[in-house]
Amino acid sequence: MLGAGIIKGLRITARNLIGSYHDPNRLTTQQYPEEPARLPANYRNFPFLVLDAPSPDEEGTLRCIACKMCERECPPQCIRIEAARDENGKLQRRPKIFEIDISICMGCGICVEVCPEYSIEMDHHFEVVETERHQSLLLNLQRLSKPNAYFHQINPNKATASDKAIAEKKQKAAERFATTKAHTPKDSK
Amino acid sequence: MNTLSTEQDDVHGELMEISLGPHHPSTHGVFRMNITLDGEIVVKLKPVFGYLHRNHEKIAEGNTYLAAIPYTDRLDYLCSLTNNWAYVHAVETLAAIAVPERAECLRIILGELARIANHACLVGFLLNDLGTSFTPLLYSLRERERMLDLIEELTGSRMMCNFFRFGGLRSDIPEDWLQRLRTYLEGPFARFLDEQDALLSGNEILLARTQGVGILPPALAVQAGITGPMLRASGVPYDIRKVDQYSLYKRFEYKVPIGAHGDTYDRYMMRMLEMRESVKIIQQAMDALKNAQGSHIDPKARNQGLRPKAGEAYARMESPKGELGFHLVSDGSAKPYRFRIRPPSLINLTALEDICLGQTLADTVVILGSVDIVLGEVDR
Repeated sequence: MLGAGIIKGLRITARNLIGSYHDPNRLTTQQYPEEPARLPANYRNFPFLVLDAPSPDEEGTLRCIACKMCERECPPQCIRIEAARDENGKLQRRPKIFEIDISICMGCGICVEVCPEYSIEMDHHFEVVETERHQSLLLNLQRLSKPNAYFHQINPNKATASDKAIAEKKQKAAERFATTKAHTPKDSK
Repeated sequence: MNTLSTEQDDVHGELMEISLGPHHPSTHGVFRMNITLDGEIVVKLKPVFGYLHRNHEKIAEGNTYLAAIPYTDRLDYLCSLTNNWAYVHAVETLAAIAVPERAECLRIILGELARIANHACLVGFLLNDLGTSFTPLLYSLRERERMLDLIEELTGSRMMCNFFRFGGLRSDIPEDWLQRLRTYLEGPFARFLDEQDALLSGNEILLARTQGVGILPPALAVQAGITGPMLRASGVPYDIRKVDQYSLYKRFEYKVPIGAHGDTYDRYMMRMLEMRESVKIIQQAMDALKNAQGSHIDPKARNQGLRPKAGEAYARMESPKGELGFHLVSDGSAKPYRFRIRPPSLINLTALEDICLGQTLADTVVILGSVDIVLGEVDR
């Protein structure tokens, strides 16, 4: 019968219309600006640097050792790092300049993968609005650094895993140091 | 639409040349068609593209092999997981990297999920081109939204997934995620497919607008190098999953839908049927995962600082739109010497003029919708 398909279709749209009042599967709109966006823990936006603080009140130290791994691997080349130097000009294991241009960053997360120190991580902060597009989108060391507690808040599983990996790394280094110390006098004789 | 010029022709009377696009919602992005019309009938059609050219190939040649993966997300942004896969497949062929069984199963699950998301989206947009203002499109987008939520939870991004790595995947897929995907596909998604079928496939207006419109003869399709659902709608049984049997596809049982007429309706039906087959593949891959050996990535595979031996490789895959191939030439350094993409969208567009000739202007829009293009991939 001509028109049977249309009537069948109208039944479907009616079911969807009525269902949208009681079935959560049929109405999925998030009322975003009124309600905060629901972000999964893995969500990635722009990178930030993790600060290790002994207690929440203290400022903490950066995990970054200025190895420039992320700078080298960054696909759009939006990271610039300069290592700090002491008064004799010797390179230090911390950055003096660490800049990320988030107008270039594409949020791919490759910097996170290549970082050997679990220092750089992806942030959840996505409401980035600035009135000027050059300096305000160029994040410096101060704006990039965020405490480890914040990382625990946005991605608890990964933050705990990173803490564990760092502790293991430290322990291994300490063991190695102890064994070399124990062996050196014997070997030198 | 603005009138460019009028021509005088003895036989046809006055012809009108119009420019459709690049800023037109029905051209699916910044695509432009210069159409010459005789009344309402298309007598000449010239596709114009390049508005979204981003120099992808050259950027990839200036970057390391690993750094090219996030750029492949931006090719066909409706199904970035299959783009990732095609690229890592090419690098794995070039550098002879093995992929563990578990990683292959997970890849198939993700690849087929991307295919479902792409086809669900296409069916909605195609109907939108027909003028069914938004109802089927919103139903499609609602389902795609759920799939994107799952993908976001896993990869961290809704569309720019960047999830495949040489030798496997970036991270393992948790068991509860797979379980949720299965519940979703068997519950709300199965209902969506049935409803969409009931809503559309027998609808008299849809049949009148699509059956016998924009016929692509099989001989022309093969000559023009058309691949994917568009080729199969013309009745040519050619699916790279079956022909090349890459990854673990030969283990799974699924059918490849074949059309009979090569018209817009067949191209639409191909997508509807392929979604059902993809669901079957995902279910089988999840079952196969229980006995799969290895982990999500080959521990010996190098991603950072990969330097394949000098040589070249071409690897191709059945992406949702057709044959997506990557041709890589290595000179032994950390960057590819040549990086070439064979985009299915662009090559499927080459037959557009042939199938639009003699059709009305209103049908041209529907035919373009059924070709399924994404301008990110056409222009690269």
